[in-house]
Amino acid sequence: MSSTDPVEIFRVEAQELLEQIEQGLLDLSHNPGDKELVAAVFRALHTLKGSGAMFGFDALAGFTHHCETAFDRVRKGEVKATPDLVSAVLNAMDHMRALAEGRPCDAAVGDALLVELEHVVAAAGGAQTPAPAAAATPAQPARDPGLTTWRVVFTLAQDVLINGTRPLPMLDELRGLGPCQIRALIDAIPPLEALTPTNCHLGWEVVLTTDQPRSAIEDVFMFVIDDMTLEITEVKDSAADAVVEAAPPVASAAQPVADAEPHPDPAAAAGGDAKAARADASVRVPAQRLDELMDRVGELVIAQSRLKQIAGASQDMNLRSVAEEIEHLASELRDSMMSVRMVPVAQLFSRFRRLIHDLARDTGKEIDLITEGETTELDKTVIERLADPLIHLIRNSADHGLETPEERLAAGKPTKGRIILAARQAGAEVVITVKDDGRGVNRDRVRAKAEENGLLAPGAAIGDAELLQMIFQPGFSTAAKVTNLSGRGVGMDVVKRTIEGLRGSLELSSPAGEGSQVALRIPLTLAIIDGLLVRVGTARYVIPLSAVEECLELTPEQDARSTGRSVLTLRDQLVPFMRLRSMFDTKGPPDAYQKIVVVSTGGDRVGLVVDQILGDHQTVIKPLSVFHSEVGAFSGATILGDGGVALILDVGHMTSEAAQTSPAPLRAAS
Amino acid sequence: MTQNATLFENGAVDVLTFDLDGEVFAIEATLVQEVVDRAPETAVPGAPAFIDAVINFRGRIIPLADLRLAFSLNARNSSLDSRIIVIAHEIDGEATLIGLRADKVYEVTTLDEAATEAPPRIGLRWRQDFVHCLAKRDEDIIVVPDLAAIFAARGQPRAGAAITPLTSH
Repeated sequence: MSSTDPVEIFRVEAQELLEQIEQGLLDLSHNPGDKELVAAVFRALHTLKGSGAMFGFDALAGFTHHCETAFDRVRKGEVKATPDLVSAVLNAMDHMRALAEGRPCDAAVGDALLVELEHVVAAAGGAQTPAPAAAATPAQPARDPGLTTWRVVFTLAQDVLINGTRPLPMLDELRGLGPCQIRALIDAIPPLEALTPTNCHLGWEVVLTTDQPRSAIEDVFMFVIDDMTLEITEVKDSAADAVVEAAPPVASAAQPVADAEPHPDPAAAAGGDAKAARADASVRVPAQRLDELMDRVGELVIAQSRLKQIAGASQDMNLRSVAEEIEHLASELRDSMMSVRMVPVAQLFSRFRRLIHDLARDTGKEIDLITEGETTELDKTVIERLADPLIHLIRNSADHGLETPEERLAAGKPTKGRIILAARQAGAEVVITVKDDGRGVNRDRVRAKAEENGLLAPGAAIGDAELLQMIFQPGFSTAAKVTNLSGRGVGMDVVKRTIEGLRGSLELSSPAGEGSQVALRIPLTLAIIDGLLVRVGTARYVIPLSAVEECLELTPEQDARSTGRSVLTLRDQLVPFMRLRSMFDTKGPPDAYQKIVVVSTGGDRVGLVVDQILGDHQTVIKPLSVFHSEVGAFSGATILGDGGVALILDVGHMTSEAAQTSPAPLRAAS
Repeated sequence: MTQNATLFENGAVDVLTFDLDGEVFAIEATLVQEVVDRAPETAVPGAPAFIDAVINFRGRIIPLADLRLAFSLNARNSSLDSRIIVIAHEIDGEATLIGLRADKVYEVTTLDEAATEAPPRIGLRWRQDFVHCLAKRDEDIIVVPDLAAIFAARGQPRAGAAITPLTSH
């Protein structure tokens, strides 16, 4: 459902603005002199303040105002965008975020942040007196003490209403600067038959007396200034009177305008169109609607395959050709549906810049985050679920991987450590790597820790790759001291589980002394997988194809031998196998020649004995209700071409099941 | 019980009545999405017997529950009269579609709150918390089951019985 709650809409908007501000600030910390960045941050702050006040977030508006003031001075070149200033505003942003989300916040925290900001601004601006923290009214630089009368003549671009700009609030804002006379300029209004009601044909002449500087008037038009004509002239008192007197009374001037306009309030009418106009670029759609649409497309694909069956059995050539056409359309529709759900990983990567900024500050290390392949696209649900594992990996890299600047110098490396976050597509998978040029994984410490936790027998011989795998064991943490950042013992095993929950896999490689790299391989989408369709008794099941290693026949000898222990030898390795028939309590006689599907997750392999392998199947995954997901053996279900339902096996569950019931063969295999 | 207050909001409620092994049951008509003929069922190994299968309901895969097992009734094989009543029921805060097996579906009728009684404390062979209330109509007694309690207990006819775990081998 789309939310029509204005507060909710504001929160979404605020979230985006805060992200913009954050990105701008982070860019600014690399590029302190960039005027455009400063202007962008200022605009975003200004919008946040304005919308916040409009939606009743007064605390947010008040607080943001001070940051805006600070940035206004940066914009005017009075203050330099020092790293300290950027940091102070970043800190203040967290407070804004809390205010925008409506979390309870301590006003004292906000005040403390403002005091800090004030100090920083003072330091950056030299002798400039900072704006007092308590001032909640718009900034009033004391440069212009006296009253000035300005004549402001402006016309907006014709299509300005379509973009959602409303002239009335601008006029209100001008009126807020001081007493003024407003006159509509109606010369440009075309005859009725040529009039386009959604266009803005009016101009305005405003005579304003204010103690504000010229820039305050310009600020009113900040967002439209590119596409408008604006003339601001200072008038002597007598001249001002003359202008106002010469002008017809405001009311009568406005009257014909209202008559000429089919909509009494063109701005309000255009308000609705504004969204549609912006839709040209992109549409914000609740994810749930996409899911619904995806469901419908899945149903269509199923119905289409039934149609295909019927058409195939028919002699009617017309029916056949229509069926073919529909097949074509359905598969195109499915492809475009999939692409709609894809979002670039840039969305995900951009969040980590702030993380790196904070990590560098907290650890006292110098860290560069380099991102590659940001345009790589992934399913939206996948992106969301990747955030936490990646945060963990980056923290690990920053905290454990990278050395302090002194250590790096001693090791002959540049003082600045690098974390490279890269994404690329490889077939139906996306590979995301987190790589650092730090000290790499300390094998001795991993071994010591593994022995300490009883994961490894003391002094046992173990391959390097297997030793590294130890890191993914539950409860494992090599951090010598537990820091705020990482090393709480919940970590890599959670990362591993999350990635496997996404049907992905991860690999750690770490040549000693050369840093470490974790590669995550994630399927492009969660909604559709390639599966192997098998039959057990009369029931059909889908095994995710990505987990399948090979299929073989269960020989009668193996079959007979395996009553006690079910293990088969596969290229000199022992692989335990499970009979799905007995696991699923299947009735009826088994097929004469049973098949084994060898599946693997991580390092574990297990054979699943089935009656028949039916072939591969494009599987639209449907979730199971809570009653059946708690069974654990199935990760979902899918609808087959004939309308029947096949359950999707949870391979991870199967292998852990096998590990529990037959630990001996697993040990022997390693 | 809060449900009682909502069930008989205006002193009466429209219900759908159906037959389970000779007993007449009733569920709130507004819960009912659709009544469908029996569809091909797919058994879910390891699931509680009460809710041991799924069906394809208009492209959605929904669980199929058997209230007869919750009330220790005889689960006969399906007949020509057998139907599946698809209801929308909230489970853990999520609206879930669930199919209920019924031996026969009768009609939508109105139950008066005045004609209902709370389940007796003794003499009931079913779990008391599974019965929301009993309604008298003519000579018949209509059972209004407490679906929330039944689904929460996974239809175990006796309190405290464990859910059968899925075993391998």
